[in-house]
Amino acid sequence: MTQNGIALPAQMRQDMLKKMLEIRAAEERIQGLFLENLVRGTTHLCIGQEACSVGVAAVLQPGDTMTCTYRGHGHALAMGMTMKALMAEMMGKASGACKGKGGSMHMTDASIGLLGANAIVGAQLPIAVGAALTSRLKKTGNITVTFFGEGAANIGAFHESLNLAAIWKLPVLFICENNLYGEYSVWSKTTPVRDIAVRASSYGIPGIVVDGQDAECVYHEVSAMAERARRGEGPALIELKTYRFRGHSRTDQAPYRPKGELEEWLKRDPILILKERMIADGQLDETEFEELRESIDRQVVEVVEWAKTEPYPPVEALYEDIYYEG
Amino acid sequence: MIKLTYRDAVRRALADALRADENVIFFGEDVAEAGGVFKVTPGLYEEFGGERVMDTPISEEAFIGAALGAAITGMRPVAELMFADFVPVAMDQIANQIAKYRYMSGGQFIVPLTIRAAQGAGAGFGTQHSQCVESWLLNIPGIKIVVPGTVKDMYGLLRTAIDDNNPVIVLEHKVLYNYAEEIDEAELTHVPLGKAAVRRVGKDITVVATQLMMHRSLDAAERLAGEGIDCEVIDLRTMIPLDEETILESIAKTGRLVIVEEAPHAGGWGADIAALAADKGIYWLDAPVKRVNMGGALIAYSPPLEDEVVPNVSRIADAIRAVMRA
Repeated sequence: MTQNGIALPAQMRQDMLKKMLEIRAAEERIQGLFLENLVRGTTHLCIGQEACSVGVAAVLQPGDTMTCTYRGHGHALAMGMTMKALMAEMMGKASGACKGKGGSMHMTDASIGLLGANAIVGAQLPIAVGAALTSRLKKTGNITVTFFGEGAANIGAFHESLNLAAIWKLPVLFICENNLYGEYSVWSKTTPVRDIAVRASSYGIPGIVVDGQDAECVYHEVSAMAERARRGEGPALIELKTYRFRGHSRTDQAPYRPKGELEEWLKRDPILILKERMIADGQLDETEFEELRESIDRQVVEVVEWAKTEPYPPVEALYEDIYYEG
Repeated sequence: MIKLTYRDAVRRALADALRADENVIFFGEDVAEAGGVFKVTPGLYEEFGGERVMDTPISEEAFIGAALGAAITGMRPVAELMFADFVPVAMDQIANQIAKYRYMSGGQFIVPLTIRAAQGAGAGFGTQHSQCVESWLLNIPGIKIVVPGTVKDMYGLLRTAIDDNNPVIVLEHKVLYNYAEEIDEAELTHVPLGKAAVRRVGKDITVVATQLMMHRSLDAAERLAGEGIDCEVIDLRTMIPLDEETILESIAKTGRLVIVEEAPHAGGWGADIAALAADKGIYWLDAPVKRVNMGGALIAYSPPLEDEVVPNVSRIADAIRAVMRA
């Protein structure tokens, strides 16, 4: 795995830690909302993978765009979606990010460049390619990042998108969060190569493997590829090795995991890794960390209580925004 | 007056759209340097350059998805799916992404993209290169479907489609590419979507058709005029939006309805027209509604088989006579 020892400035570390704690707190609360029947259908938690979205989002500049997966609450919050917009959307409320029409799997906020989480595996990759085409044609210097899981690396859209982005030399970063399981199936059972990143060679673009539990490491490696893309040198495939601490979706207790695997990965909790590093560098102590965590938990609870009281969209909204009128 | 073919009209509409708005871009398989497999787009690459007129790899899912990504970030892409039979290859992007992107984001995006595709039998292309596909697409709210049948419509509907802030699929009939009309150039103007055209005014029976079937229906109408049957022929021009008013007004006048489709019977668009007549025009009807189509058959390569499967003038005339006798 690629390692990079350069420490980020204290403020950046603080921001990343805070964002990861917000994502963790939101995800844990969302699980609770299911049990209260306030969140419907299904949802996919990214607990354990927070360093991926936070490390990548920290690289992005105004005007950059992102498409992502249905395990996308972390991506959305990392990009800057407000907790209110997220929680109201989770509950299908009119004040949600998508006016309640999207739900857990479709978090979208065009105003911050979040072009949408997608519920079809791999479908977000071609869309990101198109957004990057706009950047190249309009010469904005912006990039697009697209998140997907290792399961998506076996779908046609992945290969077609890498190929198209490579021949058009587009400023797009293909970011694979390899959390080892595509739904209930372990990676090795569905994929004959050890690293997805090797597939970059088929398209003549860089492919790198990164420790996805280390937010600083993610930031450094993605930064390098982002700068390259901004210079017009084309796309890259970045594989973040990570792990989801929960099951695939709300009812999955993940019985398919070998005994002891989760416990090993819990030792590499992305929040723990950054926290300990900050403590070692004298930027944080246990008391401050606990205060931060508790204050974030309280804020999330407050937002959830607010969202519960928000109105649902009126039924007329069903027929709005199917077409743009005018 | 100039003589213009349906093929010329496509090229001219694209060129005028590219000239009118710098955000319009055009891409597809072999459309740029080669000028398209049907030689519809020669010269565009030379005039507008490789940044705006681009060849793609054979990757329908990727480049149709890229059209979406470009459309939601400020471009106005026109993508060509060489044969309409390839629509299913890109169907996830069309049905799940393009059609729903505005809706499921709560109206955050406009999706100003156009997909052009050549459809239709009669040219000996066999089972997988000859189908008319509008009925496959009809069950997808969020897109518009355009089926031009004349030279002026080909130009005007394509211009309007490209200017529309919604996704529009323009299906061109490949047998009509050589169809020519003498026209005054001033008549080459935008044609609104959702307005059917009465191609022949008559009082005895309403015939609803599009594209090649519309031309054959007009031929059948001429043949029947000699037998004292006065047909009104309606060219739908667009499937979504559908001009119910023109159809109902005609039925109110004639009391009889025949629908001619170049497609299989089950789930065909003609069933929607028949249902419209049953729902809103039943008291005007003096006879059962008849649909003329391909039944349950497939398109075959061999000339007599292909000729047999697609409704011809005799079959259309027979159907009209039968409804007149009923």
